[in-house]
Amino acid sequence: MCLALPAEVIAISGEVATVDLDGVQTPVSLAFLKDVTIGDYVVVHVGYALSRIDAETAAEQLAIMSGAEIQAHEGEPA
Amino acid sequence: MKTNAIPGRRRLFAKKLDFSRGRVELTHGAGGKASAQLFEELFQPAFSNPALDRGDDGAQCGGADRLVVATDSHVVSPLFFPGGDIGALAVHGTVNDVAMAGAAPQYLTAGFILEEGFPLSDLRRIVDSMATAAAEARVAVIAGDTKVVERGKGDGVFINTTGVGFIPAWLENPPSASNAKPGDVILVSGSVGDHGVTVLAAREDLPLSGPIESDSAALHDLAMQLLSVVKGVRTLRDPTRGGLATAVNEICRSSGTGALLHEEAIPVRRPVEAACELLGVDPLYLANEGKMIAVTAPEAANDALAVLRAHSLGAEAAVIGEIVEDPDNFVQMETAFGGKRLVDWLTGDPLPRIC
Amino acid sequence: MRYVDEFRDPKTAKAIAARIHRDVDPNRDYAFMEFCGGHTHALCRFGLEDLLPDNISMIHGPGCPVCVLPVGRLDLAIELALSRPEVTLLTYGDMMRVPGGNGASLLSAKARGGDIRMIYSTTQAVDLARDNPDREIVLFAIGFETTTPPTAAAVKAARAAGLNNFTVLCNHVLTPAAIDAIMTTGSEQTRARLDGFIGPGHVSTIIGAEAYQGAVDKWGKPIVIAGFEPNDLLNAVHRLVNQVNRGGAQVENAFARAVRPGGNAVAQALCEEVFSLRDSFEWRGLGTIPASALRLSDGYQEFDAEQRFALTYTSKPDHKACACAEILRGEKSPVDCKVFARACTPEHPIGSCMVSPEGACAAYYLYGRYRDIKRTNEPAAA
Repeated sequence: MCLALPAEVIAISGEVATVDLDGVQTPVSLAFLKDVTIGDYVVVHVGYALSRIDAETAAEQLAIMSGAEIQAHEGEPA
Repeated sequence: MKTNAIPGRRRLFAKKLDFSRGRVELTHGAGGKASAQLFEELFQPAFSNPALDRGDDGAQCGGADRLVVATDSHVVSPLFFPGGDIGALAVHGTVNDVAMAGAAPQYLTAGFILEEGFPLSDLRRIVDSMATAAAEARVAVIAGDTKVVERGKGDGVFINTTGVGFIPAWLENPPSASNAKPGDVILVSGSVGDHGVTVLAAREDLPLSGPIESDSAALHDLAMQLLSVVKGVRTLRDPTRGGLATAVNEICRSSGTGALLHEEAIPVRRPVEAACELLGVDPLYLANEGKMIAVTAPEAANDALAVLRAHSLGAEAAVIGEIVEDPDNFVQMETAFGGKRLVDWLTGDPLPRIC
Repeated sequence: MRYVDEFRDPKTAKAIAARIHRDVDPNRDYAFMEFCGGHTHALCRFGLEDLLPDNISMIHGPGCPVCVLPVGRLDLAIELALSRPEVTLLTYGDMMRVPGGNGASLLSAKARGGDIRMIYSTTQAVDLARDNPDREIVLFAIGFETTTPPTAAAVKAARAAGLNNFTVLCNHVLTPAAIDAIMTTGSEQTRARLDGFIGPGHVSTIIGAEAYQGAVDKWGKPIVIAGFEPNDLLNAVHRLVNQVNRGGAQVENAFARAVRPGGNAVAQALCEEVFSLRDSFEWRGLGTIPASALRLSDGYQEFDAEQRFALTYTSKPDHKACACAEILRGEKSPVDCKVFARACTPEHPIGSCMVSPEGACAAYYLYGRYRDIKRTNEPAAA
């Protein structure tokens, strides 16, 4: 369930942010995510921001997935 | 879980229409399977004749002058949207239907059903837009009609246009959906989903903004260019309501073939893809009002691509697949992962989803 | 699209698939349930099962709020819209075509004159209520924990604006309770077979990774939380395989880029305030489950549509031929249902699994998983 997408915050006005996804912009409520700054990526669902994407963790996950080194004990809780 | 075949030929419509107790639903006008069923079970049997039965949008009437006639009604909501309006659509849509049959459109009629209370300023805007579109397309609006219905009984304005054109003498084999053969190549003249996502966003008042706009355009110059330069163009089709997916399914059904599309090759503009992801709709099922599908003989594909790309309306043209043998008339698609999935007819209007 | 495209890279997918093939024990089978309908949809759309070894089966779970909504609850909404001309019923697009008790749907009720409108966000609901003081605006609220906070926010906004014409017909349901239900009411066979779960990524952004610890402790099956891109799913399958091979049963957060251990505290607090737990709630396919769904809390009763319109719920049976119940419990696959793709198609859906965009049946039908697609066209890369 839950169609949600990461989008970039490009403007903030009170409790409403404008996010951008590949050139398409839409307003998103920040009712659940208070300390967001311009340039952050947030997960958007039905017009609300639910969570911030952590860039470092994303990069780590990508590196693990593309599998530079495979450890035998891979699978520790992330 | 691996797949298993269902034995037997696939029936397109699971249940016949119930003419004693059934009702018209929005899906009957959406351009997908329900629309096809209404045509096949009501209109076609009632009116059956060779021109109608071929199933092309532009009917070839035969005769020495090779007359082609097409008609289209426009009920789009909202009436004005980025990149166009109902007036321009009314001209382009019918001009394109005539052009897909290989005819040069010459005349249009325009019938208006207006709702009482509709602002004259909006009506003027629409009519001016139609006049501009008709002049650019070099077609003359030669006859028309106006009716007014009571407030509440119409959606502002409905427009019907009928177009008339003639297949030029030099065109030996006019294109038709029934001509496609296994081995033929499928091309599209440019990006898909633009019009549909624009209108969906505008209609549902979705707060999306950005470089997404309707691609509404008259395609007859592009079509004539292609037909005059390239021999072996089997089919032309403009993928309007129901999208690219439905149009390819229609071609396969009419010609008794199947198709294999390549997902990576289908051009979709990035903002359109983004808007579709946000709304949870598939660009393959969204209407296009300024694009055409061309099915060509395999040896003609490269030339066809070159001709399309040389034209301003075909700059993003691409080869997207091929026609194959398939008694079930399925349209399949190879995904970026190398797997395959089905691309079925549209079922119901694409609605934004949350899940 | 950033944070989407990178997780759809086909080369990486092949690399992860290779690791899965390398790590599976050829002498055993693995069965994992992807709980969430969005995951089922992604599996089918990207043809991911084609990349997995034959001894891994994906069992489709009930995490599709449209699919688990009992027919009787949908009928409440349809009857409300048809019997009360002052009501404007607002719904997300997903519910519009689901068949209710006598085959009616919200879409057909609209055709018969019900004022039923589609919304994209609950913010639109509040605006409508404010702009139409003479209408009774009813929000037909469905969804798991991802969609619940937006409803709570709308109720709070309505109170703050002093609106007295806004109510919610609340059908919000809870994920951990559903996981428990699978493990208690499902067939013995399914429970024994299940080796682990792929946890719903977006729900987890709200409830947090720690919310699954209870289920893991109780049932001893690993849960790996995954995002929705194909590589997220493949990666989650790989992590599950590794855990099973090790004999482990832990919560793993493989969507850590968006999911925090404690989830979203602000959203959780808002929901605590606006909603309370129902004693029990009927789920399609899973029966009546205690403490599995929400209603408006005592402090927010004036926003409860069931109160305002004195609605009483009647349980209605599913169509006899419909196998949605077994499919939602993971006991049957869509192709096992006698009416799948025959009498039950997206145009004429008999059960909700076919009409919901994420129902297993709809996904199978739409993406052709019922068809032997290797039959035509070579070269087949798959």
